[in-house]
Amino acid sequence: MKELIVISGKGGTGKTSLMAAFAYLAKNKVLCDADVDAADLYLITDPDIIEKHDFQSGHSAVINKDKCTECGLCIDLCKWEAISETFEVNSIECEGCGVCVYFCPEKAIDFPLNTCGEWYVSDTRFGPLVHARLGIAEENSGRLVALVRQEAKKLAEEKGLDLILTDGPPGIGCPVIASIGGASAVLVVTEPSVSGKHDMQRVVQLANHFKVPTFLCVNKFDINQNLTDEIEKFAKDKGLTCLGHIPFDQNFTKAMVQGQTIFEYNSDSLAGQAIRKIWKSLLETWPK
Amino acid sequence: MIISIASGKGGTGKTTVSTNLAMAIGSDVQLLDCDVEEPNSHLFIKPVFETTIKVTTPVPEIDKKKCNLCGKCDEICQFKAIILIAGTTVMTFPEMCHSCGGCEKVCPEGAIKETTRELGVIQKGSRDGIEFVHGKLRIGEAMSPPLIEKVRSFAKSDKFTIIDAPPGTSCPVIAAMKGVDFVLLVTEPTPFGLHDLELAVGAVKILNIPCGLVINRSDIGDDKVKDFAKKEGLPVLLEIPFDRKIVEVCSRGDMIVENIPEFKEIFLTLYDNIKKIAN
Repeated sequence: MKELIVISGKGGTGKTSLMAAFAYLAKNKVLCDADVDAADLYLITDPDIIEKHDFQSGHSAVINKDKCTECGLCIDLCKWEAISETFEVNSIECEGCGVCVYFCPEKAIDFPLNTCGEWYVSDTRFGPLVHARLGIAEENSGRLVALVRQEAKKLAEEKGLDLILTDGPPGIGCPVIASIGGASAVLVVTEPSVSGKHDMQRVVQLANHFKVPTFLCVNKFDINQNLTDEIEKFAKDKGLTCLGHIPFDQNFTKAMVQGQTIFEYNSDSLAGQAIRKIWKSLLETWPK
Repeated sequence: MIISIASGKGGTGKTTVSTNLAMAIGSDVQLLDCDVEEPNSHLFIKPVFETTIKVTTPVPEIDKKKCNLCGKCDEICQFKAIILIAGTTVMTFPEMCHSCGGCEKVCPEGAIKETTRELGVIQKGSRDGIEFVHGKLRIGEAMSPPLIEKVRSFAKSDKFTIIDAPPGTSCPVIAAMKGVDFVLLVTEPTPFGLHDLELAVGAVKILNIPCGLVINRSDIGDDKVKDFAKKEGLPVLLEIPFDRKIVEVCSRGDMIVENIPEFKEIFLTLYDNIKKIAN
């Protein structure tokens, strides 16, 4: 089984629009949305939710006022200054380390498990989708990413499907690390801007760090042809496979507004033609 | 005064607005780039960097001679950063450690001492009247909030401080928004823009901070972002229509306020409106 993760470093380079286009082209696959902070793939795939589960991870300290003697030890111990003078725990500041719980002489601090989001298994017109929603301002996004990837894999095994297409998050931190570890390959979608290039280089370094084979493609390449050339040269120098480039095309936005993939909106668009080539080149290049 | 420029969705123009606002104001202004995973503001401001500071976080190291394998450290650690394996070996996983200090406190033998893990670096510099600070997360490091907090520690109360926040709505964004006087949310009028804006507004509400919107590429999608703003009572402080010239200027790392003259006034009006609301 193969698992391709689409990442970018910089946000807004077109990961989700490209993923939706791949969803249209690919056969026998499970879709997975690992951008749990801002999960947008469902806006195009329009899923029928079949299973819904709570995502529980991490704990929060809660002071039981009946037992608390206000000795102040918890305030002294807390590295996050999450406990106020009036012995209230600020749940946004609380890291869930449990140090106050452990050392409270009165055993006055409860430590309930957090419910910090939901995850779903759905049917879509492109096949099954595993996705999630992390609660606003919640932590543990890396753990939720790991969970949706694991469930997507389980589902693919059950259904005898041999490909998982995963929409990854922006950045290079915790959720991205959780997205790419152990993947068959990542596809970095970048754009020809100084920011796009800078962020692409950092995320390529991250993929190297975790030894994940890396493909590259340049979206909106005609915005700045010089930078597109520089990015493609960078890919060549680093031994990365550049799968191709996609022109700036407002059909992407128009398709998104209609809740469609670019192929459903306009099957002959220039961007659509470029994506077909990229998909073909991916299938040909991907080591068996 | 300190404000955060955030978005939910990535690529809506946070850095464009942060840098051009700082440049339009021009003096007594600080720009703190808190998108430490992918900091970009320096590519536009092009500051001269004067100092680079390595930022670390404490993690445990075991003195095997003193350790009696009691397992209390394993018991207290919530993050699987210190584990007693089969009752015979204690192992540490520094990259999992949240630096709570629990293991060191609980160890009855004094067998745990502090070492460090590098989170990344902070660079400080300036350009004309703009003081510039950014953090760069080390490649492979998962935890950005402590580095973001370190960047924020350079904020000065006598300046107008602009924080360029990371995308999303989880802990790094909260670290870049909590306690500020005002949040400016940059969005675009598309289904993805609206969906992520709703989440970002939810986060701002939890933190109870006044906020306003910039709608970038304001003519590309539909009207639903404006309908949402109206329903929520959020002021739309600036609309920037799609213009290929703007896209090209930004792609080169140039400033809109220096290349399209009318924008200097537009960003100064935005500055005035932010100050009015935040006060």
